Amino acid sequence: MRRALPREHFEKPLWHTPFHPRIAALMTHEQWYGWGGYLSPQVIRDEEMEYFAIRNAASLFDVSPMVKYRIAGPDAEAYCDRLTVRDVSKLKPGRVHYTAWCDDEGKVLDDGTLFRFSPTEFRLCCQERHLPWLLDSAIGYDVEIAEVTEDIAALSLQGPTSYAVLRDAGFAGIETLKPFDIRAFETAAGPVTVSRTGFTGDLGYELFVPPDQALALWDLLWTAGQLHRIVAIGFAALDLARLEAGFIMAGSDFVPAEHAIRADRRRSPYEIGLGWLVALDKPRHFNGKRALAAEKAKNAFRHCLVALDIDGNVPAEHALVYHRGKREVGHITAAAWSPTVKRNIALASMTRPYGDTVVNDLWVEIYALRELVYSKSLVRARIVERPFFNPKRRSATPPGVF
Amino acid sequence: MTPPPSSAGKTWDAIVVGAGHNGLVNACYLARAGLDVLVVERNDWVGGAATSRSLYPGFLYSNCSYVCSLLRPEIMRDLELPKHGLQVVPYEGGVILKQDGGYLGTFRDHDAHRREIGRHSLRDAEAYDRYSAEVIRQCRFIRPFLLRTPPDPTSLKPRDVQELLYLGRKFYDLTETEMADTVRFWTMSIAEFLDEFFETDVVKAGFCISGIIGTALGPLSPGTAYVLLHHYMGDVDGAIGAWGFARGGMGAISESLASSFRASGGTVRTGASVDKVLVENGRATGVVLDGGEEIRGRLVVSNLDVKRTFLKLLEEPQLPADFVKKVKNFKIRGSSGKVNIALDGLPDFPALPPSAPFLRGDMHFTDSVERMEGAYDDWKAGRWSADPFLDMMIPTTIDPTMAPPGKHFMSCFVQYCPPKVEGHDWTDAERDGFAKTVVDQIAEYSPNFKDLILHMEVRTPREIERETGLTEGNIFQGELTFDQLLFNRPVPGYAQYRAPIGGLYMCGSATHPGGGVMGAPGRNAAAEVLRDLKKPAKDMSDAYPVL
Repeated sequence: MRRALPREHFEKPLWHTPFHPRIAALMTHEQWYGWGGYLSPQVIRDEEMEYFAIRNAASLFDVSPMVKYRIAGPDAEAYCDRLTVRDVSKLKPGRVHYTAWCDDEGKVLDDGTLFRFSPTEFRLCCQERHLPWLLDSAIGYDVEIAEVTEDIAALSLQGPTSYAVLRDAGFAGIETLKPFDIRAFETAAGPVTVSRTGFTGDLGYELFVPPDQALALWDLLWTAGQLHRIVAIGFAALDLARLEAGFIMAGSDFVPAEHAIRADRRRSPYEIGLGWLVALDKPRHFNGKRALAAEKAKNAFRHCLVALDIDGNVPAEHALVYHRGKREVGHITAAAWSPTVKRNIALASMTRPYGDTVVNDLWVEIYALRELVYSKSLVRARIVERPFFNPKRRSATPPGVF
Repeated sequence: MTPPPSSAGKTWDAIVVGAGHNGLVNACYLARAGLDVLVVERNDWVGGAATSRSLYPGFLYSNCSYVCSLLRPEIMRDLELPKHGLQVVPYEGGVILKQDGGYLGTFRDHDAHRREIGRHSLRDAEAYDRYSAEVIRQCRFIRPFLLRTPPDPTSLKPRDVQELLYLGRKFYDLTETEMADTVRFWTMSIAEFLDEFFETDVVKAGFCISGIIGTALGPLSPGTAYVLLHHYMGDVDGAIGAWGFARGGMGAISESLASSFRASGGTVRTGASVDKVLVENGRATGVVLDGGEEIRGRLVVSNLDVKRTFLKLLEEPQLPADFVKKVKNFKIRGSSGKVNIALDGLPDFPALPPSAPFLRGDMHFTDSVERMEGAYDDWKAGRWSADPFLDMMIPTTIDPTMAPPGKHFMSCFVQYCPPKVEGHDWTDAERDGFAKTVVDQIAEYSPNFKDLILHMEVRTPREIERETGLTEGNIFQGELTFDQLLFNRPVPGYAQYRAPIGGLYMCGSATHPGGGVMGAPGRNAAAEVLRDLKKPAKDMSDAYPVL
């Protein structure tokens, strides 16, 4: 497999996504960042307004740079079942599930979503690139695997009014789409594949079209969205929403095993809060099963991921976690003051038994830079349930209009 | 030639034979520890194989070594080399031009690099991160050993036992998979190693390069994966595996070392060729120069390779027979040549996009592992490669100090080039024939190249040995194969920088951790000398921890 790329591809290594013209037109402060080789907005106009669009109205985020693989063939189900830790035989056509995949030592390579379009066609969406691993795992399976990131433009429409936006944009029957359903819709922008998924923990949808339909789709949603307070958002707003939803990110909350230089940085699913995905009892063998079964049988997890509610209102980014204020037992991987739940929240990677059986007397050391002076404080942290925020509208079918 | 210092008849605390970069590093540390040190150098200039020579008006040639990555940052800092004029500037990219008119570039930008590989294979593009992670893992394992004296595995001295335990502990810190990978990495061929990651020939050829440079082995020879590691374990300001140019050419490294040495009270005497090491009552007591002048020293440190040190500067009866045999068997084979060119302008490469940064990096024309191995086959037959492998740089695309504006210095490292041609010594006509293969190869891809040549210096192993003294012109002072590394470098039992003769030490690349402009052998040898003298190693900071 190779790709016909222009020879001058390197002149601007951050490529434009199919939605770039619309986002660039809205962008006021040129706050871009690089996401997997694409120019992506960090903030389009105002980070706080963008965040509240997610929780108050409707937000539109360009997820085209998300890495996508098409997996198709008679053995596609068996292959996906071998590749990933969840039981793929339980994933019906027209459904998506969140999953993870591991190397043979049971260390997480990545997490992502597996879409099942038909008995024989799947799509894997993720953050990292895995083609060699996917191809090597396919030996012996009658399956074709293709990297299709650039062939599919994708938008994430999230927030309480997102259903109303789609309804008014002419997505007939969208009200019956349940969480994790996938369905194709005929629209004024052409056929659009919609899944009721997202990274915000709120009511929301992800929409997929061929790149040449991208701008028509954007315009359709944008026009219909005007009465529903639609706002184009950058990653900064999404990052806060995903933390409230308790979602983890490769490269932030765990290091993908193939990229981990230091062996002790790799994590099993059990060690990053994904143990619930691992279907040790599924009939088929899967990558990492033997190691994971042994780890589970021996209760040999060395780490765990916890949600923390931290005293005070200073975000604990990059802070260390201490037991009894003395012993270092973990570190914060993501932290923020949550505007929606009005709590100082964080995710932390802990060294067991801390965070697992030893859950009391945890403290976080926070350095707050205030006018060029660091104010250091040791504050109490309590382990709480994830997600921090889980509104009923997220799963209501039919969804409410706001 | 430096006139003999007026101190005739004095006894120096230490005499360092050879002003190569390791000799100078060694001398610097000894001088800083308070020793009265003399460096004697055969050439009229310092630097050995790290020189900048003005061989054509207005141009400086890095005419031996040509790029810098391995020089340990601890040494640069300890010896205040920046204050003495050293600056290392990273270079930008690289390219392999293919015979079919295509090319594979390398880019510093991660995404650009991935897409560039993706033009050839999507799988290989996504395998790249996996591959670099593996190489960096291996680099991290080896780095802590660079500035440590190898343990003697047969010794029960507390220090040896302690060092052996350190080595063992580092190994047992690895996971089971990493242990297996490490052993494989140290013994495999680079081609086999790359087969486990990549499928495309040109991609593999690109990564093979570091596995063969300076080595009389082909990409299919076992042991070449380690050679790759050796080229990756350096850094430019923390960017592991990055290479750069010393501003002003590689001589800037030696000049800064010499300047640092003089600032600590050291004396350099150039134009002084050592004929023999003086040995009295089984101890080295000085050197005799060509012409008979005797210089006395309490100890002698040789920067020369082991063959030159023990087979030329000493008499065989002065040495243990077994040692002499092992020195004779030490593999130090000539495998490379160098063509240095002054250019009237920048050559055109019509196959390359004009906006690409390739000319500001390393350029190559060998687009498959097979062609690379084929070039090696010629060497085995005692011929220079008909289709040679080139590591070509134009440092003046980055360094403004080496040629007049608009003109360029081009350095071509060439493999393979035998020490003798089909068993006989090189003739000048053969040297020109060797140069022709190089010029013709470049001209195949650059139509205006030949017209731009103002001057050319061609160096086969004969010329390299003649000027630098490196046996057979071997750039590493001995092959970097596993049998000649760690406590087996250069000779088992003599890996701790001490010769079998009291007061005589070795500090060249023939000792651990080996070649490249690294300085580590020079520094480690200084540490051993000072240990014997029971003097604290002043200004020798600890090796930086590998976090």
